[in-house]
Amino acid sequence: MRTVIIQPGFDSWRTRARELLGQRMHPDELLWSDAAQEPGLFDPANETVSAGPVPTVPAAFLDLARRVAVHRDARRWDLLYRVLWRLTHGGQPNLLAIASDREVRQLHQWERAVGRDIHKMHAFLRFRQVGHDASTGREQFVAWFEPEHQIVRLAAGFFVRRFAGLDWSILTPQECAHWDGVALHYTPGVSRSVAPEGDALDDLWRTYYRSIFNPARLKVRAMQAEMPRKYWKNLPEARLIAGLVAESGDRVERMLQAPARPARPAPKNSYLRSLRELNEPPPAAGDAP
Amino acid sequence: MELRQKLEILADAAKYDASCASSGAGRKDSRGSAGVGSTGGAGICHSYAPDGRCISLLKVLLTNACLYDCHYCINRRSSNVRRAQFTPAEVVQLTLDFYKRNYIEGLFLSSGIIRSADYTMELVIEVARQLREDHQFRGYIHLKTIPEASPALIERAGHYADRISINIELPTQAGLAKLAPEKNLARTQAAMGHIRSKIDERRAEARPSAEPQPPPFATGQSTQMLVGADDSNDAVILRRADTLYGNYRLRRVYYSGFSPIPEPSALLPVKPPPLVREHRLYQADWLLRFYGFKVDEIVSEAVPDLDLQLDPKLAWALRNRATFPVDINRGPRELLLRVPGLGVRNVERILTARRHTRLRLADLIRLRVPMKKVLPFILAADHSPVRLGLDADSLRARFLPPPQQVELDFSAPPPPVGDITSVHTGEL
Repeated sequence: MRTVIIQPGFDSWRTRARELLGQRMHPDELLWSDAAQEPGLFDPANETVSAGPVPTVPAAFLDLARRVAVHRDARRWDLLYRVLWRLTHGGQPNLLAIASDREVRQLHQWERAVGRDIHKMHAFLRFRQVGHDASTGREQFVAWFEPEHQIVRLAAGFFVRRFAGLDWSILTPQECAHWDGVALHYTPGVSRSVAPEGDALDDLWRTYYRSIFNPARLKVRAMQAEMPRKYWKNLPEARLIAGLVAESGDRVERMLQAPARPARPAPKNSYLRSLRELNEPPPAAGDAP
Repeated sequence: MELRQKLEILADAAKYDASCASSGAGRKDSRGSAGVGSTGGAGICHSYAPDGRCISLLKVLLTNACLYDCHYCINRRSSNVRRAQFTPAEVVQLTLDFYKRNYIEGLFLSSGIIRSADYTMELVIEVARQLREDHQFRGYIHLKTIPEASPALIERAGHYADRISINIELPTQAGLAKLAPEKNLARTQAAMGHIRSKIDERRAEARPSAEPQPPPFATGQSTQMLVGADDSNDAVILRRADTLYGNYRLRRVYYSGFSPIPEPSALLPVKPPPLVREHRLYQADWLLRFYGFKVDEIVSEAVPDLDLQLDPKLAWALRNRATFPVDINRGPRELLLRVPGLGVRNVERILTARRHTRLRLADLIRLRVPMKKVLPFILAADHSPVRLGLDADSLRARFLPPPQQVELDFSAPPPPVGDITSVHTGEL
């Protein structure tokens, strides 16, 4: 049994995996770990690229591995190597096509969890305006988000494309991303206390949230399935939810009790008159009774 | 009137429009501009309200004053609802402010009809024009258009918007004549035909694909049909939807269960919303669009309404037992799509996987296929449904839901504050 300790990242895993594959090291002989789990045990001297023949794998596997690599489950390095082994030395080059295979299934689940985390970051992150850059005139925004997996770099490109005209920083406990209109750069994670608490627009946003809610269609479970409670603490609108749910019954009751309004006659308006004529063309001459 | 009050009134006035999609737009983004905005991927839901609906766009009316008298609508002229009107500049500023904070994907703008269709349409277009031209906004814009507006204005709306839509509201002219006397089915469909031809024209134009520039015309149109306001049965509704998909190539038909509104009309008394019916219609709509079903297979002259207790695919399977069992290792795609419990994605996975392996029940479990539902209808390498009795009369009973569906019954008292979690036992 051999212990393999890598940097917690796709590139480091890939380098070692190639090398081990070249040596035909069977997955059962390896114990994978990374510097995040075993601080101090990582030895950079091991980070050498061996010159052996590099087996080719489907591009889809590399894409899959890149996303799985940021999942927080410690077993991912081992499982990635097992599937890689089966694809190359295990005589199953089509393995990825079998979505119901136990190991492929697990990788897909991790990939989906990472994808969902990225999607929720795109959805639920909220920027707060902190000022203007005096020299460029660009507006400056800061956001706080708590991802489940190491997704900041995978998620950041979206914000560049969407908010190219703003200066922004996205702060997370793991890593922070910063955009100045020219380049994206990263700094180490910070604690929440560094992030701004709110934004002047949050109140208006809550006004919108309250007004767009239809109390006659209460479906709290459907809401929670898509917006789990763990996100609520960083969403300015979430503080309204309990109250809206509680008062919805009374609001609907008032609608049901409200007296019906009679139809009012149409006002004098040339457009309405023209519509009436379109809808009910005047009888042609000779048809009149 | 303060901006906050206007927003309160004009968002409240817009909430009965179910459309929320922000997907399907052309690929464009803000790189290289001084503005913000991007579209082209799947749409993003930035929040959810306790009605379970996604909040993706700032959905507001420009004004809720209206000349029309549609009796299902809170904004009709006979309603005593408080009226307000945004200036175009106010909507533009709200959209940009909300967008920059990542609250929304863009703007969904509709309006009550004031003065005339053209006058109203011009105001709506002006908002989109300012966003696109004065602020280089590349986010999503959905404009509601008025069928009676001049074709030139509808084209301008389509020039700025990613999606445009006209609500058909009711599936028959008779229903409209009674409940929405100013509206007209033929005019609505004619306007949809015009929009379709513009969308087709845009599609036909060869364009360099890598450019993140807005396309010259909207990429899609959608509509909304009210369910339960008139006496149209599900067959009438689904046939209308099928016509709209077929003839006008709509991206989506939204079904909106008529639900109580403040200011009920004497012509249309409020009643509890048929939320289950709305849900079944969406399921049937999916069968039409993605599963290869025809309307006549889902509803018929004899049984014009969907079964509220069973989903329409399962109901179809129970009526057509001779089609089953389908062998998951050999059956063609069209038949796999008809198996209750197999969705489009899992059918694709099965088709891909079975080229390399023989699928067993354990494989389906790992694909998270609902086993109770599929077992009577399939053959697998290690399964034949004979013992489950595909012919037995008890098969329907096997699938009937438990007697209560609390969330669908709006008249059930909502949980008290602080007790919301109790509704969700099993999720925490």
